[in-house]
Order: sequence, then structure tokens, then C-alpha cells
Amino acid sequence: MPEQSATAAPGPLPHRLPTAGWSHQNLLDLEELTADEISLILDTAVLCKEATDGCRRKIDVLAGAAVVNLFFENSTRTKTSFALAARRLGADVIDFSASTSSLSKGESFIDTAKNLEAMGIDAVVVRHATPGTPHLLAGHLDVGVINAGDGPHAHPTQGLLDILSIRERLGDLRGLTVGLVGDIAHSRTARSNLWGLKKLGARVILCGPPTLVSERWQELGVEISHDLDAILPRCDVLNLLRIQFERQHTSPFPSVREYAHLYAMNRERLRRAKRDLVILAPGPINRGVEVTADVADCPQSLILDQVTNGLAVRMAVLWLICGGRRAAGKPPAADGPRGVEQERIV
Amino acid sequence: MASMLIRGGRVVDPSQGIDRVADLLIRDGLVVSIGQTGSQPLGKVDETIDAEGLVVTPGLIDMHVHLREPGREEDETIETGTRAALAGGFTSVACIPNTEPPIDTQANVEFIRQKAARADTCNVFVVGCVSRDRAGKELAEIGQLVEAGAVAFSDDGSPVYDAELMRRAFEYCRMFDKPILAHEEVLELSRGGVMHEGLVSLSLGLAGMPAAAEEVMIGRDLALAEVTGGRLHVMHVSTAHGVELIRRAKAAGIRVTAEACPHHFTLTDENLRGFDSNFKMSPPLRTAADVEGILAGLADGTIDCIATDHAPHAPEKKLLELDRAPFGILGLETAVGLCVTRLIETGRIGWPRFVDAASRLPAEILGVNRGTLRPGGVADVTLIDPGLQWRVDAGRFASKSVNSPFHDWTLTGRAVATIVGGRVKFRLP
Repeated sequence: MPEQSATAAPGPLPHRLPTAGWSHQNLLDLEELTADEISLILDTAVLCKEATDGCRRKIDVLAGAAVVNLFFENSTRTKTSFALAARRLGADVIDFSASTSSLSKGESFIDTAKNLEAMGIDAVVVRHATPGTPHLLAGHLDVGVINAGDGPHAHPTQGLLDILSIRERLGDLRGLTVGLVGDIAHSRTARSNLWGLKKLGARVILCGPPTLVSERWQELGVEISHDLDAILPRCDVLNLLRIQFERQHTSPFPSVREYAHLYAMNRERLRRAKRDLVILAPGPINRGVEVTADVADCPQSLILDQVTNGLAVRMAVLWLICGGRRAAGKPPAADGPRGVEQERIV
Repeated sequence: MASMLIRGGRVVDPSQGIDRVADLLIRDGLVVSIGQTGSQPLGKVDETIDAEGLVVTPGLIDMHVHLREPGREEDETIETGTRAALAGGFTSVACIPNTEPPIDTQANVEFIRQKAARADTCNVFVVGCVSRDRAGKELAEIGQLVEAGAVAFSDDGSPVYDAELMRRAFEYCRMFDKPILAHEEVLELSRGGVMHEGLVSLSLGLAGMPAAAEEVMIGRDLALAEVTGGRLHVMHVSTAHGVELIRRAKAAGIRVTAEACPHHFTLTDENLRGFDSNFKMSPPLRTAADVEGILAGLADGTIDCIATDHAPHAPEKKLLELDRAPFGILGLETAVGLCVTRLIETGRIGWPRFVDAASRLPAEILGVNRGTLRPGGVADVTLIDPGLQWRVDAGRFASKSVNSPFHDWTLTGRAVATIVGGRVKFRLP
């Protein structure tokens, strides 16, 4: 991919992207944020989107900053989205994936991260298969840590981009009913959506078979259902979560055919839903399992809006964390030379 | 050999029904007498210890300790582990055989006994493997191991998975009157788990180990103990329902005993919210209701004894992602403080019951000649300051490892002197 040809936005832009109201060094999960802080990220995302002409232009508010994509688990879209978001803000991006690292030589992931930190970076975007790993890193590093997905625990930017997509289409979240359907047990998207939506005043229904939707969720004040057809008429939003076959020891349902029969969003179900129901899916989607192809591509589907909003949200988060650090006068982690001159594309 | 007088302490020895301020006289490594305080002429003993304000108990026994040697000396050795025991007030430990190689031959038992003798610290009683190579396929040479000095049998670290093998083990051990110390876990239910399955694991997205994984296996082993007449000792009971199963089995006359660990009556799954691997152990930390069940079980004697499951892991091993970090927590040097703080200060149990649980009953279960201050018995004695407040500093542990979630906690109660065979082996500086 060639260097971005877009020109930088005019000078005072950083002042139009406030960091006031943001006090966190890291973004680890949405559970730890207040409703105001979540709204601040969303509002900042909207500003970023406008300033970059719908995420298509580059601005230089983070020129000189270095962001590391530290991915211990495969990812294409999230990694690309973070890399592009950082570059749209003018930051350098380094990609670091576990397969090419010294992790295969037995170095612990904390040592790896500390090494990167010593190269003088501003933030680490980390994805890992184990819940809590970004939290553990945050305890050992001085740079900003952004969680890009830690096992089934949290994926805060995914939750934020889903919520931004809903807000764009339906306005205020308060009073909306959002159904999260599918593999709740193994879904970080479900957990991040749940906290974000609840804090912003939406009603959340978790829907799927009992093997994937524990009764215990009710203790957190959310509704659960095993019957999609029963909740369908009440939902303003459906977020269709992928079945994570790779995280199961034994199959949580008898067959994909039976699952699709009970839970796939298809044209027939769409007819029985509210007229302005919107449909989200975090991707990658299994067409024919959680959602049929025609529904995935219908006007009510926000699947492609989610991709654009992913960029916007990640720009906002990078800005708040890196820009916030710089505004607070915190230098990059070490005085060492800047590690990377020219980013490599993912 | 020398004589020693421990003066004016509160002597608590449930084996003789004693709980009073008294003088304890020791000569040539044996208890001579427990007499009215001040009755002993001072000039006639070589050493006098002023125990005023202290609790004097038969030496504490931890029947569940992983000394790691042979094979994992980076975590702990027989020498460092037994020094940790002394610092914690324990005069005896039983070491669990999940070493590398496992303790399934006479030679391996002999190795531990020699190493322990050379360390010259506390008593080390050897637990042998139930199965050869701890592989769960065929019985280890249990008779040979008994001859070499093994006091009990366990494949701990893993359950004895084959129910028929477990049945044979119960039957076979009967002729030696040795207990089987059982790690109770249905592995299919706990597979991949790192913590208790509950609301916390659900919120954190961490794979859970359900209480049922432990309870189902306790149920199986109780049934096997019943049909065989064998002796089952349930290790580290962690669930309230597990306690209840044992309570009912005892009422039905099944030969079962049980132990609980200080961490299981002190911490809960809520402690995992910070993702700290020092809170990762097996069985996992459960809920507040389970803690309550264990406290009740300890109070009414359903749970016979307190054992630590001292499980050292070198720091670099614990400093890994939560699912890659090993299970286990240090126990020896915080046990007395946790027992005093959580059990005695709160009024859940009194000192006599504590000494029962930490000395008399472990000795009885293991069939070793300890756990009492009867005249003529070996003078293993622990002196505890019941009111001493102290801050736990894992960096100063005698253990080779530091994997304690209690680092920086302030506890009440600490062993101030540990006497093994009439010799002072540890004294709090």
C-alpha cells in the first residue's frame, strides 16, 4: 500500500479534538468506564470521522507518535483497522505478531512488551487469547495499553463501534432494546456490548441455547432468552455473534443445521421483526449460520457501517490515550531512539 | 542431651484434654512433663524459654506440602521447603509425590528421607504414589513403599481417574491401614478452566471449573470407600456441597477424613478480578457461600484438618498469561496467621480445635507418632504469639518461591519458635 496521499488537516485541529474528560492511561474494558466517558469516546469518534472526511483522509494530530500492534492471536480486520486508524492520525505503526517474535524462543510476553516499550513507543494495542492479559501488561508498562480483544473477556473498541453504529442510525441508546444473539459464552463482543449498552441506558437481551447463554447473566441485570422468535418483536437492534467453534471442547448444540434453524436471522424472521430493526454482526460472519446472505446484505444491516465506525472509534481511542499523554506532558516510554521510521503495512 | 523448660505458656494439647497455663519440661528430645507453672527449679535445666503470653502446642503438622524435589528444584527444594515449614511453625510435613520422577519406588522414598535427614530441619513424612509413574494405569508397589516408610498414598495433582484402579487402591491399602489422599476432580468438567465457574468467571470470560467437577468425584470416591472399607482422605475440599457430602458420609460410617486449606476459607473467586495468577490454584477459589461451608465444616469437625497445599512455583512461571501460569499457592509461612486471623480471632473455632486440626488429627490420619505432648513422646513443639500483628513479606520467605497472594497482608498470630525433637529449629528474630 502506498503512503497516504491525503493532505494534513489545518493546524488547530488538535484543539478541536478535546481530551478533557478523559483520565485513563489505558483502555482495557468498558466495565471500568462511566457513561460520560463512553460518550466522550463516541463523540470524539464522530469528530475524527468528520475531520478525516469519513475516515478517508489523513490528519497529523499524532505525528511523531509510535503505536505497536502487539497481536498474540490471529486477526486481520481489527489489526488493519487499528493500523489504519493510527496512520490516519499521523502516528507510526509497528506490527508485532507472536509467530515472528521471540515468544517462540520462550521469552515471556511481558518481557516482549517491555522491550517494545524501551524503544520509546506511546501505546500498545494488544490482542491475546487469554482474558486479562492486557490488564497484566498495563500493570507492567508505562505506555498506554489498548485492549484489542482478550479471549472471551473484552473487546472494548468493538463494543464502542457497535454502539456508535446504533447511535448513528437510531439516536439515543436510552430505552432501546438490543438483542445479542449467539455464542455469548465465548464472545468478548457480547461482554463489551453488554457493559457499554447498559451504561448508556439500553435494555439488553442475551439470546441463544442454554449451553451458550448462562442463567447467571441475569444477576448482572440483563434479560436472557433461549427463544429468538419470542424476543424478536421487541428488539430494536440485533447483534448476531459468531459461533466460536475454535473455543469449544464439545459442541454446544447438536448441529449447525439445528442452530441455524433456531437462531439464524433470515428473511422470514426479518418480516416478523420491527420495521426499523437494525442488524449488526461483528464479523467475520458465518453466512448461513448466524445470518443468511440476503439479510446480511439488506438495508437494515449495518455490517459495513461497523467497519467504518471501527476506524473512527479506534482513532478516537488512540487520540484520547496518546494525545492525552502528550497533553499531560508524558514523554514516550523511554528516551531511546525512535524505533521505527516507516511503518510496514499489514 | 540437653533439657529445656518452656515456662508459663498456655499449653493447648487436646490429645490430653489440656488447655491451661503450665510449664513444659523437655529432656533428651522427649517430653518429660507438663507441670504447674513455677514448680520447676530453674537451675536444673540447660535452657529456659519464657513463653508467657504465648500458646504452646504440639508441633504443627502440614499433611499436604509440595517440596518439588526431585525434579523441580527451581521452585523449591527439600531444604528450602522444610525451612519454610519451620518458619511457619510446622515441625512436620507430609510431602506429596508429584515430583519428577514421582515417588513410586523405594529408592525415591529413600532419596527424600536422606535429603530430609541431611537438611536436618523438620520431620518429612513421605507420601507415595497410588499408581506407578503416577500415570493412573496400574498400582504402584504400595507394599514396598510402605516398607520404605511411606505413610499414605496419593496421585495428587491429578485424580486417580480409573474408578476400578481407585477401588483396587482402597482395597489394597486396607492391609497396611494407609489412607488414600484424593485430589477430587472430574477433568472433563474442569478442562481448560483457570478459576471457579460462576458469575465472576462469566464476567471475566475466563474458563471455569465448576464446583460439580469436585463434588462428582468426591461422590465417586465416597461410594468406593464405602464398598471397599478403604480409608479416603479428601484433600483440599473447596465447596460447601463437598463438605456436606463428607458430613453425610461420616454420619453413615464411611471411613473418610478431609482437609481444608487456609486460602479456601479466606479468599473467593472475586479475588480473580485483577487477573493475578497468584490467585490461581486447583481446586480454585470458590464463592463466599463455599467459604462459609468450609468454616462450618471446620467448626463442626466434618473437615478434620487444616493443610496448606503449599505449591511453590518460580516467579517466571507465575508471571505468565493466566491460562499458562501453573496452579498453586504458597502456604507454609502464612498458615498460622491465616488460621488465627480467620478462625480464632473471629470466634469460629477455639485453640483446642485449631490444635486438633493442625496437629493431632493430621498425625492420626497419617499414623505417625506425633501431635501430642504426652510425657515420653517426641518433643515437637510450636510456640505461637496469638496477638502478634505482622505484615506478610513474600520477599523474605524461607521458601524459594514467592507465589503468595497474601503478600502485604497484615495478619494476627505467628509462630515465634519451632522445636523439633527438643531442639529449637526456628526462632522469630
